[in-house]
Amino acid sequence: MIRFSHVFKDYPKGVALKNVSLHIAKGEFVFLTGHSGAGKSTMLKLLYGELRPTAGDIRVSGFSIGDLSPADIPRLRRRLGIVFQDFRLLEDRTAEENVAFALEVTGCRQDAIASKVMRVLTQVGLAAKAQAYPQELSGGEQQRVAIARALVNDPTILVADEPTGNLDERATRGVFQLIREINAGGTAVVMATHDLDLVKQTTYRTVELREGTVVFDSGVDDGAGEEDE
Amino acid sequence: MRLLVREALQAFRRAPLLSALSITTIGFSLYAVGLFALVAVNLREALRSVEERVEVVAYLLRGTPPETIAQASQDIAAFPEVARVTFVSEDEALKRARQELVEFRDAYRDLSVNPLPASLEIQLREGYRDAAHTAAVAERLKGYGFIEDVRYGREWIEKLDRLRNIAGLVGLTIGLAFAAVAVVIIGVTIRITVLQRAREIAIMRLVGATNGFIRGPFLLEGMLKGLFGGVLAVALLYGTYLLFRSQVQLATSGIVFLESPQVALGIIFGVLIGLGGSLVSVGRHLRNV
Repeated sequence: MIRFSHVFKDYPKGVALKNVSLHIAKGEFVFLTGHSGAGKSTMLKLLYGELRPTAGDIRVSGFSIGDLSPADIPRLRRRLGIVFQDFRLLEDRTAEENVAFALEVTGCRQDAIASKVMRVLTQVGLAAKAQAYPQELSGGEQQRVAIARALVNDPTILVADEPTGNLDERATRGVFQLIREINAGGTAVVMATHDLDLVKQTTYRTVELREGTVVFDSGVDDGAGEEDE
Repeated sequence: MRLLVREALQAFRRAPLLSALSITTIGFSLYAVGLFALVAVNLREALRSVEERVEVVAYLLRGTPPETIAQASQDIAAFPEVARVTFVSEDEALKRARQELVEFRDAYRDLSVNPLPASLEIQLREGYRDAAHTAAVAERLKGYGFIEDVRYGREWIEKLDRLRNIAGLVGLTIGLAFAAVAVVIIGVTIRITVLQRAREIAIMRLVGATNGFIRGPFLLEGMLKGLFGGVLAVALLYGTYLLFRSQVQLATSGIVFLESPQVALGIIFGVLIGLGGSLVSVGRHLRNV
């Protein structure tokens, strides 16, 4: 599903990733931890094709990130759901419109959109607030809308970059619970987080980065013999 | 398609101030170009009315048989440069002189013999009313044995030529400069729109929108802004024209407005700048993110 092989990523200011190799299987839940600047966000950006590796090979859902053509990027992203710390919702659209937007860009039929949107808004517990604008929602609710948007295209992988970073404890618990449910439904989750309490609550695989290298991997799995997409 | 139109129209609704500002900017830029075009068209019109007075006069030898004159008139009328040939008899010449030259009326009244020769007045076609063509026609006329003298305002025509060349060159240069400035201003305006929506574009890309999908509404929006700006420019221009016409009473030649094809061309220019500006701005933005 996801495979990093000897990946290096250099920025003009320095090295972000050094020789990272990692395999994440279908349906797996993986925490990416580490201090700020350890390389977590770089790994995620490589994953969804925002960055290209300086060296090494990255395979995500059948795409080779180093060789992505401009036309491949939208196709890759339609297989992923991406969630950020700052939600990234369009302020001038309602919750429903924000979610529908992700379907519209894929050319989904108009008559199918409404029911799909309601399905995911119900799944994240926000069906009642479909007509609310982001500024009318709490942080936790906004993140739920963002998750609904990420889910609406039935992604095989959910990429979450500090999804609870802006939330209070209660909202954090709720959002994390939601992500766990999504994973239970078969979607692989790669979640970068600072929140070690969250990590400790579960037995999910944890990968720790420090200065661009993997220094700890709780569930090393070389993926040998596993069918990769 | 419906989505494309909806997104483009929503852009106006979401940022009404910026949209109004872009349309006004495009409108005024095109208005400046239009004003210049209006001046140029009127200048050309004025030059043309002066040009119409370019004529070659061939004075005929006394006693030339009327048949010869008639035949020659036909020949001359067939010259490619010639629009019209008018025969002015000796009597007509005298009558005209009496009418037009009031100061000499007394002198002409007491004449026993008409001193004025008959002549052929030759008007040239448009496009041939310059020094070179006029001289060529005059030269050929001199070849007729019964033509005693050929006159045309050589210096005057040469001056007219120079004026026409200068007007053309200045017109082209200033016109292009105005158009270039309009393109730059409109380009910057559209770039601001794109930057204002950079976040939206980033989110669209994140959820898997293709570049074509992102570009579409912007291009339509740019074209619509160009269209509205163009219409605004025409309205402003027409207002200015009416104002001028009511204020400046030109006894001889009235001020003319642009013709419909020119107006249409201006609006199409606006639409194309809107489209081109959007294409460049969005394209550059998409390449950079």
